[in-house]
Amino acid sequence: MKFSRWLADHWVMGVALLVLGYLSLPILVVAALSFNRPSSRLSYDFNEFTLDNWRQPCATSDMCDAVLRSVQIGFIATVVATVLGTLMAFALVRHRFTGRSGINLLIFLPMATPELVMGTSLLALFVSAGVPQGFWTVVIAHVMFCVSFVVVTVKARLAGMDRRLEEAAADLYASPWQTFRLVTLPLVLPGIVAAALLAFSLSFDDFIITNFNAGTTVTFPMYVWGAAQRGIPPQVNVIGTAMFVIALLLVGLTSLRGRRSRRAGLPVAPAAGRRAKSPT
Amino acid sequence: MTGMSAKTTGRAAPAGDLRLVNLTKRFGIFTAVDDLSLTIPQGSFFALLGASGCGKTTTLRMIAGLEQPTSGQVLLGDRDIARLRPYKRPVNTVFQSYALFPHLNIFENVAFGLRRRGIRSVDDEVLRMLALVQLDDFGHRRPAQLSGGQQQRVALARALINQPQVLLLDEPLGALDLKLRRQMQIELKRIQTEVGITFVHVTHDQEEAMTMADTVAVMNAGRIEQLGAPADMYEYPATAFVANFLGQSNLLAAEAAGGSGSEVPVTAHGARFSVPAGRARADRGEVYLGVRPEKLHLADSADQVPAGHQHVTGVVSDASYVGVSTQYLVRTGWGSELSAFAANSGLGGRLPVGAAVVAHWDPRHAFLLPRAPGQDDRTAGLLDEPVGASS
Amino acid sequence: MTALAHVPTSTGQPAGPPPPPRHDRHRLLPYLLLLPGAAWLLLFFAVPLFQLAAASLYDPTGSLSTGYALTWAFGNYPDVLQAYWPQFARSFGYAGIALLLALLMGYPLAYAIAQKAGRWKNLLLVCVVAPMFTSFLVRTLAWKTILSDNGWLVGLLRDVHLLGPDGRLLATPVAVVLGLTYNFLPFLVLPLYASLERLDYRLLEAASDLYASPVQIFRKVTLPLSMPGLIAGTLLFFIPATGDYINAELLGTPNEYMIGNVIDSAFLVRLDYPQGAALSFLLMAAILAVVFGYLRRAGTEEVL
Ligand SMILES: Nc1ncnc2c1ncn2[C@@H]1O[C@H](COP(=O)(O)OP(=O)(O)O)[C@@H](O)[C@H]1O
Ligand SMILES: [Mg+2]
Repeated sequence: MKFSRWLADHWVMGVALLVLGYLSLPILVVAALSFNRPSSRLSYDFNEFTLDNWRQPCATSDMCDAVLRSVQIGFIATVVATVLGTLMAFALVRHRFTGRSGINLLIFLPMATPELVMGTSLLALFVSAGVPQGFWTVVIAHVMFCVSFVVVTVKARLAGMDRRLEEAAADLYASPWQTFRLVTLPLVLPGIVAAALLAFSLSFDDFIITNFNAGTTVTFPMYVWGAAQRGIPPQVNVIGTAMFVIALLLVGLTSLRGRRSRRAGLPVAPAAGRRAKSPT
Repeated sequence: MTGMSAKTTGRAAPAGDLRLVNLTKRFGIFTAVDDLSLTIPQGSFFALLGASGCGKTTTLRMIAGLEQPTSGQVLLGDRDIARLRPYKRPVNTVFQSYALFPHLNIFENVAFGLRRRGIRSVDDEVLRMLALVQLDDFGHRRPAQLSGGQQQRVALARALINQPQVLLLDEPLGALDLKLRRQMQIELKRIQTEVGITFVHVTHDQEEAMTMADTVAVMNAGRIEQLGAPADMYEYPATAFVANFLGQSNLLAAEAAGGSGSEVPVTAHGARFSVPAGRARADRGEVYLGVRPEKLHLADSADQVPAGHQHVTGVVSDASYVGVSTQYLVRTGWGSELSAFAANSGLGGRLPVGAAVVAHWDPRHAFLLPRAPGQDDRTAGLLDEPVGASS
Repeated sequence: MTALAHVPTSTGQPAGPPPPPRHDRHRLLPYLLLLPGAAWLLLFFAVPLFQLAAASLYDPTGSLSTGYALTWAFGNYPDVLQAYWPQFARSFGYAGIALLLALLMGYPLAYAIAQKAGRWKNLLLVCVVAPMFTSFLVRTLAWKTILSDNGWLVGLLRDVHLLGPDGRLLATPVAVVLGLTYNFLPFLVLPLYASLERLDYRLLEAASDLYASPVQIFRKVTLPLSMPGLIAGTLLFFIPATGDYINAELLGTPNEYMIGNVIDSAFLVRLDYPQGAALSFLLMAAILAVVFGYLRRAGTEEVL
């Protein structure tokens, strides 16, 4: 009786932990394989522990070139997409204009379209326009699919912002530009930063769209794809693990900062917020 | 602080009164503020009182420049400021939920206005302001680290430091609990007296308006119903709305035949009464005969009614003891329930439910108001709290 | 981290009163703000779709070197369907099975995080998103190691006779479906979590106070209230899963190829653009048909 009661209360959590295990398993394997000396080029099994891969991550220089290229592309695409998307988000939240639903559709559709379709259609465009494919066509493609995500992220932050803060600034003698610089921008900035990080990670990790538009340019995912046929150098797992650790650190840092600024700043009416949450 | 107020009056020299002239604001077809005209004397504490949604905030926002009037003027002294940008107006606002900048500390919040006007050395001024609102050591904190009452005072300091000609306060105490609200009412009044700036204080709490303001304007559906000193308005309301918004009233549907002398005779539910002519807002046709519940006394029988008092008979239908007083409902012969407050002073005994009583009043405390044709009695329900009891 | 921003239900119009109308000279401003981004999306998202449509109607006898002529060759569509219907069927079949698995795993996970995790909530959420911190391809390759014939998993399954003595996991449909489920599960869980998180625990208590059994509570309260998240999550899972070909390529064999593999080789290996474009267009049409059919049945148009 007691046990079945306990089981009824806790089985969901049990299933959840199993599923989390399923989700985490590959990362553990990647981390383990980064310390592996494979028995042969085509072997995926763990063979022997070594630190060599971490000591010489660039032993296969193609791979490091590809990583560098991915970083460059990601950086440019992120900057452009963040600027374009942020401007659009401001227009959507702060202004009334005709054609809003059309713009919303234009922003929504890229997020709902299979990458395969976006990649091939862009390829069709570039080929028929005679544009040679390479570094810049990849950048163009990445900006295209990142913009929508930036808009959505910044929009959420902007919509959640209290308009009265800007009115208060105007009331306190701040010109529109000063209001924007001193109040609006600092308050929206976390949203913009989040959007930029999202855009970078989308760009860095994209394979399908890149694959159709890269010409002979090799990004990191494309390098892995090619290497999967020829044999994967174990350093790929070093990069994979390092990416994971860096992203985890970033998340940890921002959540720490977030917690501090939540204690020290952001919600405008903390009392009201608390009241809404706790069922007293 | 004397230095401060001297400086204020110095700056405000060319200012003068704040006048709203035929101010109207429409949102689409909805009229939020309807042809509003009023004058707020310089240096006064003015309260705009009205139920939620009656247009108080909209009025304030037009004075602050955050909303463009559909028509009308906002005059400060002789200058029409209705079309000036908010940051060009010598007017500051304490916002409804304070709108403190969450990313700036208290010091920077308070210094914000001074810095925008290009004033370099703000330290002294800010520290003096923080002292005025008793937040001396809080400069380095963020708004979210303060309690509601403290945030409220920061909002006040942030606006006051600019020495505006008019300070607008939009329900500044609405988010505070009762005890703090009382305390801040006294504080605000003290500060206003000290700095001598015109305060326009918006509230839906009639008691707050009455205790703080020199002049109260009762607003209803975008219009001013009545404007005056609190005590005058309470004693002699101008409309049925005011009579029941500022405290409660027993309003009996009556007919007045017009009077020639000092008394206006009226007939209500078959009985004849009279009211001094000086207390009649209407003396002909359909009127309300009004008596405040605390001015309605209860007696066991007609021979106990003092000379000169007028009375109706009825039966006690409810008695509720609220400590400082007992509130009775008296059902009259025609079925209305009058409410009467009897102070628990220990002088009279308590009346049981079902007792036959005589409710009587001094006609000098009654008043006559215009009544729309067909309107029946309006008597205060038992659940409304009386003036003076903590709400 | 992709999926967080992916939730289409979460951001509609800004809350509160609508923005006040601006003065006349601001009338152009929104268009100026929108112009660069909208132009980019039009030029590199919308226009290419038309180009793709055109390419799907090219004369199939042309080639990249001799050039293609637009001959409105509608015959390309029946041709590619005839040639590649198994891959099409596989795409939807694998994605569908993976979706079912993902629902079975994702719902309890989202529910546990939203309602049962208490102060561990954020940590568990990070664990859900964490796989996306590292490269999609590298993660998928890790499954090659896990499912490998010499790996512990296959060994275990052989020991308990769930697999025959030379049964395999790798290079089978099972591996592809497992990979699809794994890769897109977070996209299902996050929106689902978002709507379950908003679910007021007191509603469940009220239901049980009103004599509902746990199963009835789930069917009558929890499930209907989590519907927006469920719909969004399902779409966010299904759309990329159907169009994916990385799992089929890395974890399967040509026998498991999905339509993406065919499109990839049509464009990049065989350079048969009309065929590739027709397949691509068919894929989009099929996905749109499934999505709209599903939305109609689910009765929530608001998701779009
Ligand atoms: N920007 C707006 N657009 C449309 N209606 C509004 C707007 N602002 C206020 N209103 C309406 O005007 C009326 C008065 O509002 P407000 O001045 O805020 O009332 P109060 O402050 O007295 O509660 C309300 O009915 C409100 O709904
Ligand atoms: Mg208001």
